Amino acid sequence: MKRYSVFAIAREALTHHQGWERAWKSPVPKASYDAVIIGAGGHGLATAYYLGKNHGIRNVAIIEKGWLGGGNTGRNTTIIRSNYLQDPSAAIYEKARSLYETLSQELNYNIMFSPRGLLMLAQTHHEVRGYLRTVHANNLQGVVTEWIGPERVKQLVPIINIDGPRYPILGALYQARGGTARHDAVAWGYARACSEMGMDIIQQCEVTGVRSENGQVTGVETTKGYIGTKKLGIVVAGHSGQVADMAGFRLPVESLALQALVSEPIKPCMDVVVMANTVHGYMSQSDKGEMVIGGGTDGFNNYTQRGSFHHIEETLRALVETFPMISRLKMLRQWGGIVDMTGDRSPIISKTPLGNCFINCGWGTGGFKAIPGSGWAMADLMARGEPGPLATEFDMWRFREGRFIDESVAAGVAH
Amino acid sequence: MLILHCPYCGVRAEETELSPGGEAHLKRFGPGSDDDAFEAYMFARKNPKGVHFERWRHAYGCGKWFLAARCTATLEVFGTYPAQSTEPPAEIIEKIKAKRPEWKGFS
Repeated sequence: MKRYSVFAIAREALTHHQGWERAWKSPVPKASYDAVIIGAGGHGLATAYYLGKNHGIRNVAIIEKGWLGGGNTGRNTTIIRSNYLQDPSAAIYEKARSLYETLSQELNYNIMFSPRGLLMLAQTHHEVRGYLRTVHANNLQGVVTEWIGPERVKQLVPIINIDGPRYPILGALYQARGGTARHDAVAWGYARACSEMGMDIIQQCEVTGVRSENGQVTGVETTKGYIGTKKLGIVVAGHSGQVADMAGFRLPVESLALQALVSEPIKPCMDVVVMANTVHGYMSQSDKGEMVIGGGTDGFNNYTQRGSFHHIEETLRALVETFPMISRLKMLRQWGGIVDMTGDRSPIISKTPLGNCFINCGWGTGGFKAIPGSGWAMADLMARGEPGPLATEFDMWRFREGRFIDESVAAGVAH
Repeated sequence: MLILHCPYCGVRAEETELSPGGEAHLKRFGPGSDDDAFEAYMFARKNPKGVHFERWRHAYGCGKWFLAARCTATLEVFGTYPAQSTEPPAEIIEKIKAKRPEWKGFS
């Protein structure tokens, strides 16, 4: 495959841009593979990529029911941060964030990583104490974050209202190395690299069953026929419960709708990501100028990829209070994704009751930021059959044994 | 917008009046039960893509808990019934079976 570079652009310009190759192939599935990964979203493709790069396993197929990166990878608000409270979370999210820093160069694909800084506003005294605790924890974990006062918040975000009547800004947890990236490009970049390593990305191919013998997985039934495999990775986010059911086990996961929306594009006005968890809204500005806005999940089980209208209203109300100047912005697009929530709001990267079948799910509302780290840990697990240091704590039996990695209560994360 | 009929006060309540309360008809396991049963009770929700029985509270109305049968794949509501039911009423089961012939039934 030809490398992307400034010289490539010049070369192709001379031939009217007729020479660009397809970024990835669309092969017919082979009869069997060394490893099959269900789900060609960010996490699935990253898993395949690191299987090839770190472990030399390249006879791999990535099977996708819809189109590549068309699930939550294409539906998030592209925020990257690693300011988590618990050690295992901080480790895997920080691994992901650090991999994001050089991912464009590594994949030879511009993922537009923009470490523009991220603020989590404290708007109650409870939140102030919580974030001070997180800052101290982060400093011990080697994650660079700091506590800043309201004046510094105003300096970083001139459009913010720091002395609102209801929830004045009391300070913020600031991660200067957090930011955003182009979400689709992350999937596309990994897909191109996987295809270049000889892996098969099979789109429009739905898994309809999992076959096993003597408690070991042997292959998957799909709408494009049976595909044999020595190892199976399930990386399907919202539909994890469905696929786990085919593999014969249950997951501590529930599927909910999470929405996001963008405004009409405006001139640059905010060059950091701002999250306001008390009022439940967060906002950043895309390179196109749109304000990218997210809020909380709906409270009931849902697989429809559309959420409740009143949640949009609640989110916007919160943000108009925090950023009065956006009150007259028109909203352009709104969409929903199905997120898989675990009881402790931490992911599952785990062996399963079925031999050589592994699962990576439960990223809930915050999976995008974790893609490289998640793929790294999952590839490690699939290659060696045992979890590496990043994944040890994230097994699916932690619920049964009471070893929660409790990010729901501790950090009040809204992602 | 999700609209549920409150079986107590008779109001057609829309979503902002209601609080969701998760899966209904959970069988409770406590001290003395085995680990599998306790784990399943605590964490392993059915999370089906399709027919789902769930708890709701008419929070900004009469304040009472009730149960609803709803499809998570289409958001269609099959019916609501009082929280004192240990299993879905026969007429709701019949209604679901008529609309979803492939449904495996309540278990």
